[in-house]
Amino acid sequence: MDARRAPRAVIDPIVRKVGFFTPPDPIPFEFSPSANSLSPVMIPPPRHSSENHDLNSRPSVTSPSGDETIAVSGSCNSVLSELFPAPMLPAPSPKIGNGDGGGIVASSFPSGGFDLTVVKASGGVPVCKLTTVSVVNADSFAIDEREKPNRGGGSTMEGKDQAMNSKQKKDKSSKAERRALQEAQRAAKAAAKAEGNKASGTATSVNVKSAKAAKAPQKVDNTSVAASEKKGGDRPSEKDRKKDVPHPRMQYDDKSRVEKAKRRAVVNQTEARNRVELFRHLPQYEHGSQLPDLEAKFFQLDPVHPSVYKVGLQYLSGDISGGNARCIAMLQAFQDAIRDYTVPSEKTLVRDLTAKISSYVSFLIECRPLSISMGNAIRFLKSQIAKLPLTLSESESKSSLQSDIENFIYEKIILADKAIVEHAVTKIRDGDVLLTYGSSSAVEMILLHAYELGKQFRVVVVDSRPRLRGKLLLRRLVEKGLSCTYTHINAVSYIMQEVTRVFLGASSVLSNGTVYSGVGTACVAMVAHSFHVPVIVCCEAFKFHERVQLDSICSNELGDPDVISKVSGREDVNDLDAWANTENLQLLNLIYDATPSDYVSMIVTDYGMIPPTSVPVVVRKYSREHVWI
Amino acid sequence: MESEAPTMENNPKISAYYQTRLAHFGVVSTEWLAQAQSATNPLLSSSTDSDTDKDTNFSVIDEFNRWRSHPDLAEAVAAIRALAAVISSSKASTMMQLEIELKNASDTLKAWDTTSISLTAASDLFMRYVTRTSALEFEDFNSAKSRLIERADKFGEISYKARKIIAMLSQDFIFDGCTILVHGFSRVVFEVLKLAAHNKKRFRVFCTEGRPDRTGLRLSHELAKLDVPVKLVIDSAVAYTMDEVDMVIVGADGVVESGGIINMMGTYQIALVAKSMNKPVYVAAESYKFARHYPLDQKDLVPAIRPVDFGVPIPLKVDVECSARDYTPPQYLTLLFTDLGVLTPSVVSDELIQLYL
Repeated sequence: MDARRAPRAVIDPIVRKVGFFTPPDPIPFEFSPSANSLSPVMIPPPRHSSENHDLNSRPSVTSPSGDETIAVSGSCNSVLSELFPAPMLPAPSPKIGNGDGGGIVASSFPSGGFDLTVVKASGGVPVCKLTTVSVVNADSFAIDEREKPNRGGGSTMEGKDQAMNSKQKKDKSSKAERRALQEAQRAAKAAAKAEGNKASGTATSVNVKSAKAAKAPQKVDNTSVAASEKKGGDRPSEKDRKKDVPHPRMQYDDKSRVEKAKRRAVVNQTEARNRVELFRHLPQYEHGSQLPDLEAKFFQLDPVHPSVYKVGLQYLSGDISGGNARCIAMLQAFQDAIRDYTVPSEKTLVRDLTAKISSYVSFLIECRPLSISMGNAIRFLKSQIAKLPLTLSESESKSSLQSDIENFIYEKIILADKAIVEHAVTKIRDGDVLLTYGSSSAVEMILLHAYELGKQFRVVVVDSRPRLRGKLLLRRLVEKGLSCTYTHINAVSYIMQEVTRVFLGASSVLSNGTVYSGVGTACVAMVAHSFHVPVIVCCEAFKFHERVQLDSICSNELGDPDVISKVSGREDVNDLDAWANTENLQLLNLIYDATPSDYVSMIVTDYGMIPPTSVPVVVRKYSREHVWI
Repeated sequence: MESEAPTMENNPKISAYYQTRLAHFGVVSTEWLAQAQSATNPLLSSSTDSDTDKDTNFSVIDEFNRWRSHPDLAEAVAAIRALAAVISSSKASTMMQLEIELKNASDTLKAWDTTSISLTAASDLFMRYVTRTSALEFEDFNSAKSRLIERADKFGEISYKARKIIAMLSQDFIFDGCTILVHGFSRVVFEVLKLAAHNKKRFRVFCTEGRPDRTGLRLSHELAKLDVPVKLVIDSAVAYTMDEVDMVIVGADGVVESGGIINMMGTYQIALVAKSMNKPVYVAAESYKFARHYPLDQKDLVPAIRPVDFGVPIPLKVDVECSARDYTPPQYLTLLFTDLGVLTPSVVSDELIQLYL
């Protein structure tokens, strides 16, 4: 079911080359300055006319465009609305051949089953799509064809493979006919756009569109598409707004999906050039352009609550980093948003609030991809919203939700940290040499508490470029009086001889015992293991996840490659300044890596000290207690 | 002989647990026989040290020692039986009071010997098992109390019968013509071998001497009585004989949360050799030995001291390693035979989480 697959002009799909290499065709289409409307990469517009709303609702959606688009979108909507109760409905729309009907067919095929299960499991929440969307659980992308990203909530490992092998599946059969149809629709759209642009009066939409047009020349086409979408998709706006939310773990190798995501994005990002081949499925944007842009738009983006906007900005700029800090900031922003929220008339609180939360989440994803702990917290929040009894009044519901969030932060993070510290200090003896990597809040608390208890030990802080987070930890420890040693990760095998224990933090622990943490953690753990030094991972239980990951590639986050090429304080090291122009050079800045469970001796959680093999037991128990899913 | 060594039995540094082991499993000697005779006399009150706090007329330590004097009874089971007796003889009138009494008794028992893992574990498990859904179900105190007594007795029964269950489960793993290496004297392992001999299996046993307890000597004595071909091996000869061995079966003082075991000194060595030669290592342990410790290395244990007798006087300047037990990490163990079934080491944490959380 990949009829809508965009042809990959850059890579030959049959021969998939793994590793770093330059694509044979160095000109990806998106960067051609000429807005070539005949590009085969373009998405057939009408498919998105109904579903693609920007996050900014366009209250001034005006006169409908050409009849064609309306008709198509109308059918699209009706089918979509049918899709909820009967996911297996075959696509009634005619063989338009474009994404519309095809999209429906495609999505009904694989995701029907998945969505059903999710619907059932989520306790009858009518907003089943949303629950699927923001669930950052084992879901990989089930399908690789050009379906609506939010429909990718179904999760299978095969799906993951499919997404990875997406390049190899190419359906060339209907390309020609699709192209023909695209041309026809594009012509209609150009006519519609002419009216549409005059009609749209909202500053936001125009600003966003114009900003988008200014940003990247290839978006000229998109704006025309967006214009017609904006008009056409007025109708079941809340339903379609739900579909705006991209899957949190969207695969980015498909250009069509990327562009679709860009269109509805609040944050304008330009894709980076010179991307490493192996990591094309992860998003990578040019850094440095987003922050000023977002700051300028602060007062214009109504749908995004100011607190959420602020948190998003802080993520983008890197002011807030670290799993717990990000999670707490996000939850507190949601608390504010809920406090200021009022239910619009004729809408139920549960559905509408869930939709709003999802839109906030997608905004935050654009600023910086979610961490797994944040995903768990969002899932918790949504399940709490879903469990609200209908008899509660609006203010009661809101206060109940706010107290739920408060309890979550207190129990799962603050109290959990206290429990972790209590357990872990029993493993520190006098005369120990403790090694830690990077800067983990849990490990810092443990070290400080052990020091207060009067234990005699010294600390080795291992750090690594480009973020050099260990320096902050080092400063805080030295202030309190601990005796510390500081080194970089290239010396870890040298320093490991004198180390007796290694304490590491984790962004998340997966079901097979794999520890998903900042890049470099795996290296430290492996060296420790080979020196027979016990490795203790400290992680709150709410960060556990039932996903399984075998390597660091299939799911990760790419950071700004420019920071690798520069060394702060060494202006003379400038050999890589022009790396972007070099065709056979790509810089890779990974943020996370996965440590296999063999190298981990013990995991300290608020449930106690458990071996890595017991993580699924805790996940099972945890989800039973809290009914997250 | 042990009796010749100066201040052996009265040495306060020896953990009481190992004093008991000495008494029960020491080398067969006339003194031992005499002691055994007197111990089986049920009317005799306790003879060993029991200077405990008697907060009530009924002393849990007395009861405990009474049970413990049976050579066949595991210490943990004795503790469980003693705690069950606490409940039945308690004069409390509310559930809360009863639970406090139980807690005090359990703490007293644990304080009596802080080094014994199975004692601590069994007491904790008993408290957990018995008081799990205690008062809430019944409004009537007496029915609640009788329910507790019933549960306690059942727990005692299970623990008592645990050895039989384990012996039954492990029969499948002993095949005709096999050679088994055992270490020290574990009553559970002895039960296993006894049942196998009874089932007319043909096997032979290599028995390590088990210094400094030299309990291996006693085991060889017992096995010879069962007509099982047994060969005594000194501890240093384990690697030498390992290629003739088909499997290693050991008992455990405690099974820790990582899935490893704490057992008599020498077990870790044997497990290392066995693993490097690809021989399976089986552990026979009752389920009440599952403890919530998590040692990271050998020094992470609660130390249990056991003075070693070398037969000749040692100058004071020479230090002696006198730890009595070691920790075997789970990667060297193949399977655990427990009364819950035949388990892999990683299941231990599963069970503990389910029970304690």
